[in-house]
Amino acid sequence: MATGGMTEDLRLVGISKQFETFTAVHPMDLEVPGGSFFALLGPSGCGKTTTLRMVAGLEEPTGGRILIGEKDITSTKAYQRNVNTVFQSYALFPHMTILDNVAFGLKRRGVKGANAAAQEALDLVQLSQVAGKKPAQLSGGMQQRVALARAIVNRPDVLLLDEPLGALDLKLRRQMQIELKRIQSEVGLTFIHVTHDQEEAMTMADSIAVMNGGRIEQLADPATLYERPASTFVANFLGQSNLLQARINGFGADGVALAQTHGQDVLVAGDNVPDGIQDVWIGVRPEKLRLGEAGRNRLDGVVTDASFTGVATQYLIRMPWGFEVMLVQQNDGSARAQVGENVVVSWDPGHEFVLDQHQAGDAGVGLGDD
Amino acid sequence: MTMRWFRKHLLTFAAMITLTILLVPNLVVAIYSFNKPDGRFNYRLTKFSLDAWLHPCGTPGICQSLGLSLRIGITASIAATILGTMIAFALGRHRFHGRSATNLLIFMPMATPEVVMGSSLLALFLNIGMSTGRTAILIAHIMFCLSFVVVAVKARVATLDPRLEEAAADLGSTPVSTFLRITLPLAAPGIAAGALLAFSLSFDDYIITNFNASPDSITFPMYVWGAAQRGTPVQINVIGTIMFLVSVLVVVGGQLIATRRARAAAAG
Amino acid sequence: MPYALLAPGLLWLIIFFVAPMITTLSTSLQEGNVDDGFVFTGNVAIYWDALHAYWPQLVRSLVYAGTATVLSLLLGYPLAYYIASRRGRAKNVLLVLVIAPFFTSFLIRTMAWQSILASDGGLLVKVLGWLHLTWLFDAFGNVLQFLHLSPNGEILYSPWAVIWGLTYNFLPFMILPLYTSLDRLDGRLLEAARDLYATPRDTFRFVTWPMSLPGVVSGTLLTFIPAAGDYINSRLLGNTQTVMIGQVIDSQFLRVLDYPLASALSFVLLVLILALVTIYVRKAGTEELV
Repeated sequence: MATGGMTEDLRLVGISKQFETFTAVHPMDLEVPGGSFFALLGPSGCGKTTTLRMVAGLEEPTGGRILIGEKDITSTKAYQRNVNTVFQSYALFPHMTILDNVAFGLKRRGVKGANAAAQEALDLVQLSQVAGKKPAQLSGGMQQRVALARAIVNRPDVLLLDEPLGALDLKLRRQMQIELKRIQSEVGLTFIHVTHDQEEAMTMADSIAVMNGGRIEQLADPATLYERPASTFVANFLGQSNLLQARINGFGADGVALAQTHGQDVLVAGDNVPDGIQDVWIGVRPEKLRLGEAGRNRLDGVVTDASFTGVATQYLIRMPWGFEVMLVQQNDGSARAQVGENVVVSWDPGHEFVLDQHQAGDAGVGLGDD
Repeated sequence: MTMRWFRKHLLTFAAMITLTILLVPNLVVAIYSFNKPDGRFNYRLTKFSLDAWLHPCGTPGICQSLGLSLRIGITASIAATILGTMIAFALGRHRFHGRSATNLLIFMPMATPEVVMGSSLLALFLNIGMSTGRTAILIAHIMFCLSFVVVAVKARVATLDPRLEEAAADLGSTPVSTFLRITLPLAAPGIAAGALLAFSLSFDDYIITNFNASPDSITFPMYVWGAAQRGTPVQINVIGTIMFLVSVLVVVGGQLIATRRARAAAAG
Repeated sequence: MPYALLAPGLLWLIIFFVAPMITTLSTSLQEGNVDDGFVFTGNVAIYWDALHAYWPQLVRSLVYAGTATVLSLLLGYPLAYYIASRRGRAKNVLLVLVIAPFFTSFLIRTMAWQSILASDGGLLVKVLGWLHLTWLFDAFGNVLQFLHLSPNGEILYSPWAVIWGLTYNFLPFMILPLYTSLDRLDGRLLEAARDLYATPRDTFRFVTWPMSLPGVVSGTLLTFIPAAGDYINSRLLGNTQTVMIGQVIDSQFLRVLDYPLASALSFVLLVLILALVTIYVRKAGTEELV
């Protein structure tokens, strides 16, 4: 039952899926280290669920291979794979008790002591008291944990979670995120978590593959994805970004590059500039921008909107060329600006990211909103 | 791959066998409607002929019996649909004492063999000195169709959102106009299905009818039964084939209306 | 308000369904004859006489009906499953094909089986003749004779033909409830089972079949109950050795005019079926009917 020792890596090699005229997943490679908490993040229709279903064996890949460790499982059936899924709808068997649901997988494989193991799994998700009930008698959050126990109890090589928290309300979702993370580190299994909620992915996962249009846009840890997005899609999909059209004019001696955006000179960290590219997007996150002249890069603007959210104030500030940047000011006692006020917006070189301007600046805008 | 292919097609194969069993008799009835039998019974294919199709009433009594069955079927299904729809609404929309007793009373006729219902009704009529015949047949048909209508309509009523009626009342609609403008149109598919089922049950009944009929109330099934003993005119096959075609048209028409409505709803 | 809606229909059922049942019970306890009239005497012994004389027909009815129900389930389940697994137009066409025969007079359709199964010029033997497979027809007859389902190797006018007729007649009543419950089955549950190491067989055994039980229960009831009281198939497709209880009730009531005996048999049949249905529904553990 237990895989014994190290949990093995999952590798997708050139995997792809074509539905009649629609390509859900373009040939792609992906490596998920054993024992990690991995997230597939993207808007609906990006191919993340199809990828997950191919790993589960519920969808047959059009091309490519799936390996766990050195074992090729591409042509094995779903019921022969040591991979289990927590379904978005939970898919608990309504005619069975909770205990029977959890013991189902073990019993199909003829594992001895299935009921005892199932009871243990229910303990792990703190639901041992409902073992004799039917799924319909449980709340959504409890059903979700049963679905998790039903998958975990089999000690799969890979545990797949298909938007498992999507049906829960916000408060319960936050609670379950912490719970899932705790359980994952407790059991040490490889978790692959499919979600369209960027905050959820960043909170929980060790590494995240951002998918778009059947391709992986970027694969990195949450901090890198946020600080150094590799594409405008990732920049816009994960959090807010202010993208400024700019041209790199040369490199200075102190490791900074000289750039010009709409006639204004700004400095960027030379390391952030991709090689051999002149026309760029300079991206600055709203919380990196400051009101006033504290930063080295400064732009003039007019406040068009200010909304107070408690911990912070969010401003929209119109630049002379018409573009509106977003700025988030922590509620730390510093002076607040009024709508219509002329202000200076500033930031320091190095707090930006730089992307090739050939990409659309609005890729992924609005898709990350929950 | 081969195994899966085989399995998949094994199911198709089994399904097609059953479908064939269901349809072959209808095909045979149609084929034999073009026969010119050499004896009284239409069992052996001998000669192709259009006689029966050209003269569907060409054998004494057949069209009279058909007319009677149609009249009884229409009257019984209308009455059963009205009574059954009222019960279905009471069950689907109201909480009341005696609910489970009502359900039991509705279920019982469906759990009683026809021969028991027919003979019991005859026993009642004999005991109270009422004569058998058309009225007795009509009473019996309304009785055994009623439960089926209740089941069909109740299923539909259960899917309706009671808040729609509340919304109508909130917008100033009187209970009567709410029922006529909101509830009834929404329940219509269930009522239509119940009425259709009632008609076909009534039209096709032999056993219960036979117990309560008199010599001057020969329904179509009774005529066919008599023919099975004396000799089967080809016209029976003609009428059977027409019934099949009409029923296909009615069912297909009903489905078309349903899909069109669903599509219109989806588009709107 | 609900009582006003209920009253007309329920009254109709009370007067023309419940009252006749009570009348049947009281008629069964009368004695006399048609010419001199019948008098209530509380003659309970009639039940003993009725059972003593007609238990073979009673048992035969239940056995035929039971066999036909099992056959209908075996034939109906794959088709119901197949239809439920189709989409769009194919599904609608198949449903029409299942429902449409049901609207054609069942007497005519049952008589069609006579012309199919007859050994003398029947359609089946003709078709097999064209295919040079006449031996298949004879072999089938011999198998039936061996199984005591045909007295002389004839296919028509045998116990087998009666059971076959019952099966055929009530197949749609089996298929439709099965289809309804299978159509409602959430495909994601089947995926979950596959994901949890259930082979296709396991998935059927532990998920599909138990989830379709409400359909199985209503389908078997809707087949068994009318089949047990039926005598059309026995009269049209059977012989003198296939007489079912309905036929006895019919002839005692309408020809012999022994109303007490016919009523007693009728009452016994009703009680027997209700008892069987109750036990069955309890065992199946579902209260959801029709």
